[in-house]
Amino acid sequence: MDINRRQFFRTCTAGLGGSSLVMLGFSPLAAQAETRQFKLARTTETRNTCPYCSVGCGIIMHSLGDKAKNATSEIIHIEGDPDHPVNRGTLCPKGAGLLDFVKSPSRVKFPEVREAGSNEWKRISWDEALDRVAKHMKADRDANFMAKNAKGDTVNRWTTTGMLAASASSNESGYLTGKVMRSLGMLVFDNQARV
Amino acid sequence: MTNHWVDIKNADVILIIGGNAAEAHPCGFKWVTEAKAHRKARLMVVDPRFTRSAAMADLYAPIRVGSDIAFIGGMINYLISNNKLQMEYVKAYTNASFIIGEAYGIQDGIFSGYDAEKHKYDPASWAYELDKDGFAKVDPTLEHPRCVFQIMKQHFARYTPEMVSKICGTPLDTYKKVCELAASTSSPKRNMTIMYALGWTHHSQGSEMIRAGAILQLLLGNIGVAGGGMNALRGHSNIQGLTDLGLLSTSLPGYLQLPKESDVKFDDYMTRLTPKPLRPNSTNYWGNYPKFHVSLMKAWYGKNATNENNWAFDYLPKYDASYDIIKTFDLMFDGKVNGYICQGFNPLSSFPDTNKIRAALAKLKFLVIIDPLTTETSNFWQNHGEFNDIATADVKTEVFRFPTTCFAEEEGSLTNSSRWLQWHYKGAEPPGEAKGDPEIIGELFVRLRALYAKEGGAFPDPIRDLTWTYKVPNSPSPEELAQEYNGRALDDIVDPKKKDTILAKKGELLSTFAHLRDDGTTSAGCWIYTGAWTEKGNMMARRDNSDPWAIGQTLNWAFAWPVNRRVLYNRASADPSGKPWDPKRKLVFWNGEKNTGSDVPDYRPDAAPDDGVGPFILTAEGVARLFAPTGMAEGPLPEHYEPFESPLTVNHINPGKPLAFNNPAARMFKKDREKLGKPDQFPYAATSYGMTEHFHGWTKHLKGNAAIQPEQFVEVGDELAKEKGISNGDRVKVSSKRGHIEAVAVVTKRLRALDCGGTRVHQIGLPNHWGFMGLARKGFSVNTLSPSVGDANTQTPEYKAFTVNIEKA
Repeated sequence: MDINRRQFFRTCTAGLGGSSLVMLGFSPLAAQAETRQFKLARTTETRNTCPYCSVGCGIIMHSLGDKAKNATSEIIHIEGDPDHPVNRGTLCPKGAGLLDFVKSPSRVKFPEVREAGSNEWKRISWDEALDRVAKHMKADRDANFMAKNAKGDTVNRWTTTGMLAASASSNESGYLTGKVMRSLGMLVFDNQARV
Repeated sequence: MTNHWVDIKNADVILIIGGNAAEAHPCGFKWVTEAKAHRKARLMVVDPRFTRSAAMADLYAPIRVGSDIAFIGGMINYLISNNKLQMEYVKAYTNASFIIGEAYGIQDGIFSGYDAEKHKYDPASWAYELDKDGFAKVDPTLEHPRCVFQIMKQHFARYTPEMVSKICGTPLDTYKKVCELAASTSSPKRNMTIMYALGWTHHSQGSEMIRAGAILQLLLGNIGVAGGGMNALRGHSNIQGLTDLGLLSTSLPGYLQLPKESDVKFDDYMTRLTPKPLRPNSTNYWGNYPKFHVSLMKAWYGKNATNENNWAFDYLPKYDASYDIIKTFDLMFDGKVNGYICQGFNPLSSFPDTNKIRAALAKLKFLVIIDPLTTETSNFWQNHGEFNDIATADVKTEVFRFPTTCFAEEEGSLTNSSRWLQWHYKGAEPPGEAKGDPEIIGELFVRLRALYAKEGGAFPDPIRDLTWTYKVPNSPSPEELAQEYNGRALDDIVDPKKKDTILAKKGELLSTFAHLRDDGTTSAGCWIYTGAWTEKGNMMARRDNSDPWAIGQTLNWAFAWPVNRRVLYNRASADPSGKPWDPKRKLVFWNGEKNTGSDVPDYRPDAAPDDGVGPFILTAEGVARLFAPTGMAEGPLPEHYEPFESPLTVNHINPGKPLAFNNPAARMFKKDREKLGKPDQFPYAATSYGMTEHFHGWTKHLKGNAAIQPEQFVEVGDELAKEKGISNGDRVKVSSKRGHIEAVAVVTKRLRALDCGGTRVHQIGLPNHWGFMGLARKGFSVNTLSPSVGDANTQTPEYKAFTVNIEKA
């Protein structure tokens, strides 16, 4: 049976005999010595993988909220996963500071555009941002797509728009990115593995 | 990695060269200390700097940047001349006995088949001599003068310890100790692992450095065994995954390749990429290329990929050149690229010759940044004084910035260096309106497809026909995508040996790529990932860390490609008769009926020892290639060439032969070549690297990391500092022919001056973490200094060896 100071007093006011609790081994002195509850005791744990180097250390993210629809989760602590066969609960100086990544003031929050020649970012809606980029891509592809080369052989390639894919994104994201870009005929295509 | 992180604990000797695991992979390095503590393993570190890995070493050898082939070449020479080879392994498991054709040769550092005008080799003369059946001729005695063993012996004999010391600057006595300790693992009961990273790939001859390491390990019998291997410690959390998935200019998923424009017909493509066996019983696993390729096309184009249309062959772009990043930014600089999308990538900081990159970006019509952080690239048009000097109003590029989730806010798998696909879960919502990458790509594709349906346009067919059966079309789920790359049976898959046995029923998820077919009855978006999500569920999410054989093989933790195999080439852990070389470290062995053990055999399970199959099932030979008759741009054997910017004016292994000064097969564009410095103006060797407190350009955006390492610095050896009147804490200017940076000087004994054949070589260390964005103090891009030249095979830039000058600012 676990009990802290506040629960102890609440229990007393509810009319239960304090003396009987003392008899059970819960002396007020010991209870008063505990200043506050362990802050992770009521958090939700989520398993994840450190996003930095390729060791792939297991991490446990502790968040407030139980992931119910009406409760906004907030990650308040990240530590090494003790079950993980490689890192066995440890993290390096970078991994140990991962919470600062989640909460970095440099996080981008909204779609933005910097117009030609402008000196500022302007917030726009996702619809506008995606529509404008899709139109740019199509216009460039339609203007520069090469169906056949000088010899007349089919080549179906597009080399005037390119992409760098993210080596910290998931396999699922990478797979989809590759599938979509190749369907457009894109050849200017790399990820960090190149460098 | 051929092996995996935990397996390092099984090593007797650990050689870290071209990497710095203690600082760059700290929790993986723990297994080095485990081996030292519990196996009495000895650690050797070879590095230009006395790193924190070196601080843990039993033996540290300094080396001049870019001279690693000479260093390893000398070790190979030491093994051969002192008969420190695991000879039974070498004879049975490598191509040492294979006979090379008469036309092969090397003269003045140039191999046969060189075209000096095109800077290219025709490898035809490096080929094996074939018998009448098309199999390679062999001489098991290794005495034939043209057998690989004799050719190698002669080739590496030039790399004497004295020559190595002259090229590398490594003191002779230290070098001899390195050779002796490595040679101790020629015993079948002693194994060495090699751990390398970007310190080997960031060179104009990086691929050959890695090959040299592999040759060394093969001669010692250290490949395919516990505690051995060639272990690439990769840089990012999923750089292995994105490589596996083929997100590189000429690749397709699972190490399949895009067609070249010379593959005019589908049959040309298939013939080029489907090898024929070079020995009678070799497995020649790439002979299955058509099964993997057709299954990929079925995953992408479903019913629209048919036998009649060559499985939608014309839907794939066919390349005339590799549009890698060096080529791309050269084209962009010339105004030939109009649009560019950077997903979690910061080229302004990451690519060589920052001034060229900035000028190139300014020529784009549109730039799209998909990133959780405010990168330098997204703000390349902003003037940040000397850190990013640009005339903003003149930049006509439209720049879009899409906010994305970070790791904590998404679900999916990452593939670590051990080839483990590990599933992770979402812990919270992203800030503001940020979206996950699959949703952003999905949204873009759905819009493009709608535009093509409405307006038509250039070749809309592949866009129209792309498989897109996701439940929420603008936001495919990680589960759907994982199942798609895993693959399914599109019809009942029957066992070819037992016609009444169905291996997979129509519609089921496949459990192994052995079930893939080339007749359109299977799909798999990335064949090497087949088995990751089967009818039994998500194998990547498994969390059983039990280790029944007590050698660190946790087969029920996550999923390792291929087919959950943890150590590649593991049949080589047993001798030709199938008995483990070392009974205390069993991986795979023949139990009289089948191959079995602590790992998933990298071998046909029922192949008996005397079947002559060969443990390297991916090569057409069935054995490993000490000599590479095909596949390498600059020759079948590693040869030392100087970096494109060298502090020396002579290549000591081929003095007075200008063609063989640098890698003869490297590609360099004219305007980049004009920006190469000479030692009279830029006399000091420089190398760039990362630190343990920072991760590339990301962590300067994080409060803790920015506080711990707030300001840019460069490391200068104390001897050079004294010569130049530089004191600890002074501001210094470091320049190359491409630009300059300024930073605080850290005067150190970690970078010592080296004596290279009479030339005193000083080396400058350039940590690469600062920029003009983030919470740390503003700094310069170190890549302002680095040259635009890449490895001849991979076009990975030479970030680790170039030349600079240094003076007090």
